[in-house]
Amino acid sequence: MKIRTLSYLIKQGFANIFRNRWYSLASVATISACLFLFGLFYAVVANFQSIVMKAEEGVSVTVFFHNEYDKCEEHTEEQLTTQDQAKELQSRIEARNEVSEVNFITEDEAWEVFAKEYYGENYADGFLDNPLVGEYSYEIFLSDVDAQSALVDWLYSIPQVRKVNYSELTATTLSGANLLIAYVSMGIIAVLLAVSVFLIHSTIAMGISARSVEIMLMKYLGATDFFARFPFVVEGVVIGLIGTIIPLVGIYSLYNYALSYVVERFTMLSNFLNFLTVEEVFHFLVPVSFLVGMGIGFLGSISSARKHLRV
Amino acid sequence: MTKREQRRLEKRQQIIEEKGIICLDNVTAQYPGTDTTALDQVSLRINKGEFVFIVGNSGSGKSTLIKLLLKEITPVEGDIYVGGYELNRLSHRKISFFRRTIGVVFQEFRLLKERTVYDNVAFAQRIIETPVYEIKRNVPEILAMVGLPGKYKASAKDLAGGEQQRVAIARALVNKPSILLADEPTGNLDPQNTREIMKLLEEINELGTTVVVVTHNNQIVDEMRKRVIQLNFGSISSDEEGGYYTYED
Repeated sequence: MKIRTLSYLIKQGFANIFRNRWYSLASVATISACLFLFGLFYAVVANFQSIVMKAEEGVSVTVFFHNEYDKCEEHTEEQLTTQDQAKELQSRIEARNEVSEVNFITEDEAWEVFAKEYYGENYADGFLDNPLVGEYSYEIFLSDVDAQSALVDWLYSIPQVRKVNYSELTATTLSGANLLIAYVSMGIIAVLLAVSVFLIHSTIAMGISARSVEIMLMKYLGATDFFARFPFVVEGVVIGLIGTIIPLVGIYSLYNYALSYVVERFTMLSNFLNFLTVEEVFHFLVPVSFLVGMGIGFLGSISSARKHLRV
Repeated sequence: MTKREQRRLEKRQQIIEEKGIICLDNVTAQYPGTDTTALDQVSLRINKGEFVFIVGNSGSGKSTLIKLLLKEITPVEGDIYVGGYELNRLSHRKISFFRRTIGVVFQEFRLLKERTVYDNVAFAQRIIETPVYEIKRNVPEILAMVGLPGKYKASAKDLAGGEQQRVAIARALVNKPSILLADEPTGNLDPQNTREIMKLLEEINELGTTVVVVTHNNQIVDEMRKRVIQLNFGSISSDEEGGYYTYED
């Protein structure tokens, strides 16, 4: 293939877009509409998922230890743990896969937090000694809320552990919500993509069918398959490219506007709901949209042109 | 030209000398997608430089014959040679190169309506990767030959029927094919344009191109007194030099 032929074929691809401007416009509109819907839905779902994940990150398990000050529960000599001995367990806990962060809270820190919360600034006035002596603990944050019960079981298997505080309900609810969002979004995205593929392919196929005479002529005049197909491929890819850029620009502006609107007007909401930035959303959306838009443009042209090349 | 290409060309020339520019040897073909016989044990030979009419009623096998000559379909049985190519042994990749040796003219012209006359003719040259400077020289030359010297800027859709068919002939000829295959070239034309187009085809033939015209038009066949091959129910019922169109029952 000579360079001048390749350049001619590329020019023909672009010229075809203008010659068949109505089909080109219909194809671009179809791709844009499908990818806009897909992008919008993805942005909403990604934010939901991010909010749930943030909530999961806040789920923690608190571990208390047997100590000599605890008179309520029975314990053996072996189970008794000092604050320093308890601290030594940290590396074992951190080594667990489901654990994202471990904070050791000394008995003094525990009293400081508790007293401030319940008695106010001058809490120390009525207490000469720390009433929470021996209540040193671990606050463990999870990377995977599903693994909470496994972690709790493991913690209880440590002889020095007296009590583990955790909320089964929170973990189950969050885990269920996450799973539900994942399944529903996967289903809807799959349907949206399938509809997009079908619509885009049909529109491109229609445009190419309208030029079956041209393709047939090329074959009668001795064009190679590559020569006959290439302008249509260029056309399909360019239409796919334009059809992808338009909704991405639209979603970018819309998302930025919606985000700043929510942050400004609903400050309370944005304090505890962490919305994804437009960059975070586009990190996934851009490659997938280009892959779908240009990919379908490319494959749609090739398969549609092939039908008419059989002469 | 490489040595390999030279050998191929010599081999094709040898086939043309032995078998003629078109040769069907006991060819049986079916209608595409069916097992109904369209051509039954047909044998014919057309020599280089001949002018041949292929006539026959609807369903006589004319269209199937054209499809076979263009390698659109393959025969069930028999061998076909066109322009020195043995079509039964031609790979899919080589079909495009084979078709460059045949110029085809259709009844309905099949021009690219939105493009100019020049673009329509140049289209054929671009397909075979002719350099632009040659296209610029060849297209006006061929347009002058078909009687449209000043029309190259006109849009194809603005031309009259006869002019459109001239553009189609120019497009078929610009790549200098050895065979011109015309399928009902006057089917959509009035008697005046019909005569002019047939005269043009005759002139093209006189310049050395083999011309095969498939037609229903008994008047032009009877007037021109060329070789007439008549098909009837998939078989050759007559093959006569300087013949007439004979009506079959």
